[in-house]
Amino acid sequence: MSAEFTPSPILQVENVNAYFSGFHAVKNISLAVPEHQVTALIGPSGCGKSTFIRSLNRLHEETEGATLTGEVRLAGKNIYTPGVDPVEIRRQIGMVFQKANPFPGMSIYENVAVGLTLQGGFSKVEIENRVEKALRSSALWDEVKDKLKKPGTSLSGGQSQRLCIARALAVEPKVILMDEPTSALDPISTARIEELIFELKKQTTVVIVTHNMQQAARVSDFTAFFLMGELIEMGITKTIFTNPKERQTEHYITGRFG
Amino acid sequence: MKSNFRKTKDLSLKVLYIMGVLIAIAPLVSVLWTVVREGYGALTPTFFTNTPAPVGEVGGGIAHAIIGSFVVVGLASIVAIPWGIILGIARSEFPKTITDNILGFAIDLFMSIPTLLIGLFAYGLIVMRMRTFSAWSGAFALMLIMVPLITKTTEEMLKQVPLTVREAGLALGLPRWKVILRIILPGSIGAVSSGVLLALARISGETAPLLFTAFGMRTFSQSLSEPIATLPVQIYTYSISPYDEWRSQSWGAALVLVMLALVVNGVTRALIGSRTRGKK
Ligand SMILES: Nc1ncnc2c1ncn2[C@@H]1O[C@H](COP(=O)(O)OP(=O)(O)OP(=O)(O)O)[C@@H](O)[C@H]1O
Ligand SMILES: [Mg+2]
Repeated sequence: MSAEFTPSPILQVENVNAYFSGFHAVKNISLAVPEHQVTALIGPSGCGKSTFIRSLNRLHEETEGATLTGEVRLAGKNIYTPGVDPVEIRRQIGMVFQKANPFPGMSIYENVAVGLTLQGGFSKVEIENRVEKALRSSALWDEVKDKLKKPGTSLSGGQSQRLCIARALAVEPKVILMDEPTSALDPISTARIEELIFELKKQTTVVIVTHNMQQAARVSDFTAFFLMGELIEMGITKTIFTNPKERQTEHYITGRFG
Repeated sequence: MKSNFRKTKDLSLKVLYIMGVLIAIAPLVSVLWTVVREGYGALTPTFFTNTPAPVGEVGGGIAHAIIGSFVVVGLASIVAIPWGIILGIARSEFPKTITDNILGFAIDLFMSIPTLLIGLFAYGLIVMRMRTFSAWSGAFALMLIMVPLITKTTEEMLKQVPLTVREAGLALGLPRWKVILRIILPGSIGAVSSGVLLALARISGETAPLLFTAFGMRTFSQSLSEPIATLPVQIYTYSISPYDEWRSQSWGAALVLVMLALVVNGVTRALIGSRTRGKK
């Protein structure tokens, strides 16, 4: 690893290859995700960003025909060691999806609490506290505190996405993965979520996939550039955007392709 | 000129549309009207509380058939509802397995064979062995009709839940079975229940399979191993009888059955309504 990575890594990815029934989507990726930082994954459509991020919480394997080789170490422990329960891993590595997906039939409160209630072992007070904390962290508390019993699906697009962030935060994951969390949102909702991501660094580590170059520049500390399933380069965001080492990165950032 | 033509076309389409609707509902309304007209007179209080009286005496009722229908349909439902839902879950959540293919084939088969044959099957399997018609055999036949109906609707409803909702559940660190039973299923409970209720309404009117199984009874049955009266069979036997009084009571029983179906339908609509309201 280069000398740039001063913060200690929470995730260390080594030689990860991901396949869809034989199709090689992610090719031999090695990188480190620094703790309490925001790492952005950028690259043209179809380059394997989603596939890669889904291999960080063992969600890739839930797709039929999907396989993977390599190691992903969470705080030093390989999450792909045989015998490791993916359920346990996903509790520590949360995820927010491109399209907000509140659980149908559940209230706003239940949506945020569900990770804890279904996991079991939390007292009612504990759950209440965590729900409030998660809703505050996702900057949604003031908007919903008087209607916690309303259906989660009754919120606006931007609110729904913040609800999904709160839902992931309530479990208190060490890392939170976001796959294009704002691509379906208006600029104001997007700005709110970007602010939020900045705040989240204090309590967790964020890995975010984005198509929006400005967004990567605004919210992230580190940026990794993917191209056709390969990692072209990764570094401090400022460096990647002002002085990338690779020609391909420069071309992508300056909009010459992709 | 052109807009005039468009207006005429618009109008004639509207007329065609209204005519189509009328043609479609006319038979329905006429059936309902006939049942109400013919059956209304039979609906005295004793009709609901008494068992049949000897021909010529007044005050006979169909209480035994109403209770009998509830017993047979209830027995069938106790098994068919959970079983159908479990199979529906299996079909939607674990597709493309060999068992799923066999199951799919069996379900399509069962849904396409006449219910009369299902009755005969129950006759051969249960009535012949027990050497008597019984509530059990009737319930068994109705259960066989009900399970595929519920499986099919449950499967369809669960498949409508987007993949990302399932993935969000998994991403929270919940095991797959919890995601299915505690997130996906409750999320579509309105739709699944309406499927169940429609299946209930459907089997409540089945006559043919009950003729060889529950058979019928002139009074309350004392045991589930005895023949038992049901509304559809009662309607059938009364309607082909030579007595005016019975034929009029047959209409009355039909009206009761229709009203029960309407109640089930109303509940279903309320459930679907509350589900869609929740979806904003
Ligand atoms: N379920 C799947 N089955 C087969 N191939 C897939 C599947 N999902 C993705 N792929 C393929 O894997 C490659 C990487 O896809 P991926 O979704 O990771 O790209 P991405 O970088 O996230 O793209 P985008 O920016 O459009 O979201 C693509 O070539 C895609 O066609
Ligand atoms: Mg993607």
